[in-house]
Amino acid sequence: MAYSDKVIDHYENPRNVGTLDKDDPSVGTGLVGAPACGDVMRLQLKINPETEIVEDAKFKTFGCGSAIASSSLVTEWVKGKTIDEAMKLQNTQIVEELNLPPVKIHCSVLAEDAIKSAIADFKSKKAARAAAK
Amino acid sequence: MALQLPIYMDYHATTPADPRVVEAMLPYFTQKFGNAASRNHSYGWVAEEAVEYARTQVATLIGAKSDKEIVWTSGATESNNLALKGVAEFYKDKGNHLITTKIEHKAVLDTCKRLEREGFEVTYLDVGKDGLVDPDDVKKAITSKTILVSVMLANNEVGTVQPLAEIGKLTRAAGVLLHTDAVQGVGKVEFDVEAMNVDLASLTAHKMYGPKGVGALFVRRSKPRVRLVAQMDGGGHERGMRSGTLNTTGIVGFGKAAEIMTREWRDEAKRLFTLRERLRTKLFGALGDLHLNGADDPRRLPGNLNISFTYVEGEAMMMAIKDVAVSSGSACTSASLEPSYVLRAMGVGEEDAHSSIRFGLGRFNTEEEVDYVAELVIRHVHRLRDMSPLWEMHREGIDLKTIQWAAH
Repeated sequence: MAYSDKVIDHYENPRNVGTLDKDDPSVGTGLVGAPACGDVMRLQLKINPETEIVEDAKFKTFGCGSAIASSSLVTEWVKGKTIDEAMKLQNTQIVEELNLPPVKIHCSVLAEDAIKSAIADFKSKKAARAAAK
Repeated sequence: MALQLPIYMDYHATTPADPRVVEAMLPYFTQKFGNAASRNHSYGWVAEEAVEYARTQVATLIGAKSDKEIVWTSGATESNNLALKGVAEFYKDKGNHLITTKIEHKAVLDTCKRLEREGFEVTYLDVGKDGLVDPDDVKKAITSKTILVSVMLANNEVGTVQPLAEIGKLTRAAGVLLHTDAVQGVGKVEFDVEAMNVDLASLTAHKMYGPKGVGALFVRRSKPRVRLVAQMDGGGHERGMRSGTLNTTGIVGFGKAAEIMTREWRDEAKRLFTLRERLRTKLFGALGDLHLNGADDPRRLPGNLNISFTYVEGEAMMMAIKDVAVSSGSACTSASLEPSYVLRAMGVGEEDAHSSIRFGLGRFNTEEEVDYVAELVIRHVHRLRDMSPLWEMHREGIDLKTIQWAAH
């Protein structure tokens, strides 16, 4: 399959690969996909508890080139955004930016899910702390 | 000499034509272009002579007693269709049951599916973890209604070489015909239609350094004489079994390819085995958590290496080593998004299927290429594992099977 130059660029020079401390209260972790389906994305966002701005983003992905490129792209996109803004990112924007073919659309869906899942994790941690007080 | 990129290591998919084959073919495009069915002038005679000579060359390669047992086709897909449908149609009054395996090529499996829709019954045999068919299972599956058993000589994905001689003894004793899709094994491992009691065998030129678009079906003529119903209507060529003007040029190339194989295959098999072992040893020596898919030698094609690079997805791997042509059992490389049904039939987990890469070594690969590929693969497996959340979890001692994955 022929990939777009943007997919190849993100695949060959992935941005923000890495791991944040999942026990840090300001870090939300989203782990989506399944090994049996051939792709698993883990997206971690470090979120300022006061401003709710995403200050850092890291990913690790098991998956095809499009899955790796989609995750790399969203780490760039969410940085500096508030979590409300980040929640509004749509998979169709990823498809458009990376010029993904129809068979790879699920990779972009997974990346959108990863953002939502990471933010949900951050919020549930925050709620748990508030309840504990 | 400097290494040439890209490197071709996908010889199970197709092979380049050997230059000696091309040389043999050339006169038949322009000067000796006659129709082998033209009986009344020299152009036809020249073409006919060439076609008959090629028939002998192919018959010799597979140990057929008579060159009349070779029926030219357009390739192995047609040969498989003709063998299964042709036999089923001819022998339908004798019985309606066929036996095959779950790891056959789609040209066999989908033909069987069609026969089922037409009222035939088909048993699809399981294979072991190593991809081997148990001859005992064949024996147990044979009933009074069975007319044909079809088991491939060697598998295209995992390179497993089936115990065809044992199966041939059983089918012969039971009075059941044996067909084999011999495409991947001919010229790589021992294959002899007489010694193995094979009654029908599908062959293709482009997997053995001949041209694409030409194949053959071996149809036994004595003890037993195999009959089949032609699947295409026309001029009644090939003794009524396959109509259509013969592809003289392609057939000449196929014949030459077969002649080269007959002469050189043993030495070539040894050389490919050495190259494959060099690749395997290097990869297993440098990387942990690798799984070899398929059987051990001697039940493995000498040029086949199918490995699951766990925690690395196959298509990402292929993209990383884009200067090397290989193939993968990963769903992402198929249009259907289904991982390899061959690996699934062998009980390989979907995770491992997604991580599998097939290296197919062949005539024109060199030691330098193997060394280059090994180094490249090792480097990129490290890189992709560093990027893989599964690898990180595995390293932390987390059992991935205990995690509730959200299927999507």
